[in-house]
Amino acid sequence: MTVQATQQAVSKGGGRSRRTDAPATLSNLIRRPESGSLIATIAIFIFFAIFGGAKFTAQSGTATWLNPAAELGIIAIPVGLLMIAGELDLSVGSVLAASSMTLAIVSGHWGQPIIVGIVVALGLGLVTGFLNGLIVTRTQVPSFVVTLATNFGLAGLALGLTRAITGSTSVALTSESWAKHLFGSYVSGKFEVAIFWWIGVIVVVGWILHVSKYGNWIFAVGGDLVSARATGIPTDRVKIALFMGTAFGASLVGVIQTILYNSAQVANGQAFIFNSIIAVVIGGVLLTGGYGSVFGVIFGTLTFAIVGQGIYYTGWNPDWASLFLGVLLLLAVLMNNTFRRMALSYGPRKKKD
Amino acid sequence: MTQNSTQPLLKLTNVCKTFGTTDVLTDINLEVNPGEVLCLLGDNGAGKSTLIKILSGFHEPTSGVMEIDGTPVNFKSPRDASEHGIATVHQFGGTFPLMTIGRSFFVGAEPTRGWGPFKRLDNRFAGEVAVREMQSLGITRVTEGSRLVGGLSGGERQALAIGRAVYFGANVLILDEPTAALGVKEAAHVLRIVMQARQKGVAVILVTHNVTHAMTVGDHFAVLIHGALAADFRKGERTREEITDLMAGGEAMAELEAELEAYQAAHHGHVPDPVELERLAQSKSND
Repeated sequence: MTVQATQQAVSKGGGRSRRTDAPATLSNLIRRPESGSLIATIAIFIFFAIFGGAKFTAQSGTATWLNPAAELGIIAIPVGLLMIAGELDLSVGSVLAASSMTLAIVSGHWGQPIIVGIVVALGLGLVTGFLNGLIVTRTQVPSFVVTLATNFGLAGLALGLTRAITGSTSVALTSESWAKHLFGSYVSGKFEVAIFWWIGVIVVVGWILHVSKYGNWIFAVGGDLVSARATGIPTDRVKIALFMGTAFGASLVGVIQTILYNSAQVANGQAFIFNSIIAVVIGGVLLTGGYGSVFGVIFGTLTFAIVGQGIYYTGWNPDWASLFLGVLLLLAVLMNNTFRRMALSYGPRKKKD
Repeated sequence: MTQNSTQPLLKLTNVCKTFGTTDVLTDINLEVNPGEVLCLLGDNGAGKSTLIKILSGFHEPTSGVMEIDGTPVNFKSPRDASEHGIATVHQFGGTFPLMTIGRSFFVGAEPTRGWGPFKRLDNRFAGEVAVREMQSLGITRVTEGSRLVGGLSGGERQALAIGRAVYFGANVLILDEPTAALGVKEAAHVLRIVMQARQKGVAVILVTHNVTHAMTVGDHFAVLIHGALAADFRKGERTREEITDLMAGGEAMAELEAELEAYQAAHHGHVPDPVELERLAQSKSND
């Protein structure tokens, strides 16, 4: 039936709608949410390639920013997805730490097989995400507050339980070799295997957001919640699933870090909360929801990581790195706004405003 | 011009709605026929919104019967209403400014291609259908389904929402103040779209404040005052002045005018000072 309808549409649409699927022209390119962040990434890379010298562009230099980008990216991509649906998750820091600690306690301190530790750690993430989503959708309390509360609550819980169980705030873990290879090894000596996990997350989330029909639901939920609900989209379930996604990403990074560094610290991961939001916003996702892309978040993450690490290659005082990031964040948002306005006004439009 | 079919598409018999102890609607009897525009007129607070919320399934009537094609129905949710072919389009079109026209058109009912878990959203089909439906409503300026909805004018957004409702099989289209936020030209455009929808055999319920707009497209008029059906008449049975008088407290205004004239006559042609005028108006509106 769909096939018939398609043919009918094609014959009826005729030459008129041919431009709809025209190859990427410049006007098509600037209408995409990621165009601003792509320019930012390229500009930042060229900047540090010039001022950071050959060391920055060499393989080892690339690894220094690609490795943190991968870890940040695994969290930033689901956070971006959630932000497109109009919600924030400030609990990823504590979820990361708690999952990391759970794995170290279950498999390190208690000596269970590592697979058990990994499953429990990821399960903890999913449960936390589910609770975040449930509370946000049931109580209508802004997710900013709910996840902030979760972040503090979970941090306290992790610290209290860890000290009660192990008497320390740092727990060691010796991984079985398969787990070490899968989560915590280096490819060609420099590149963390997390890069491949990041690619996996990109493929799955990119499919969900841009190819499957669920992506349309996510944009609709973030664009106009009431209208989305009126069309029959299960908006609460969509949001809960997305909260579970961000927490799962944070848990995965917790597992990766614990296995990579052979230990877990209870205060790990808090930097990921704001870094993931910065990466997502630089990546052109609208903070209030309804607009963004996975490619944008990838570029935003890369830009963030290049700025964070590139400054060490310039020979300048690294104390200034945060200033650089702050200015960059503001510029990126202004540029993204400009591009969004261009996308909105594209087409034969009456001069009205 | 009006096709009086033997059976109305939608029929309300003695529908009442109370919230707590307040009667919002009392004994509403209405018939809506296919291919006809029913204009629902009334001042703010007259019960128009409550009535359309009952029709679109947001509220259940306290008492009374609602029938579709002669069968009594009972809507528990907006979903029930839309399954019976009743679609509501709100003032701002209920569309998503930052989504493409194609994606927005199919939100919640996305067309897919492919197999099993690898079903892909068929963006091209969505865009083409959306553009085709909008063009069939007379929006010829929109030729690309990949444009963002936010770049459309208010009237074009209405067309998108109406086109969507018609495409998904709405028999009854409720338009809640579609022209209220629009300029004169845009409003005329929306009225043309209303006529297009009517021509497709859809029953349109147009909620409006604007008598001119109502007179332009309406086949059948219902005026609500204080939750009761004050008048129910067909095109040409009343003049514009009579309708205006019925709406927005027109009768009260006429009385106030008479009162003023009497005051002037009694006070040697002086008009009342502002304080007195205020008191006069107050005593009238409290009636």
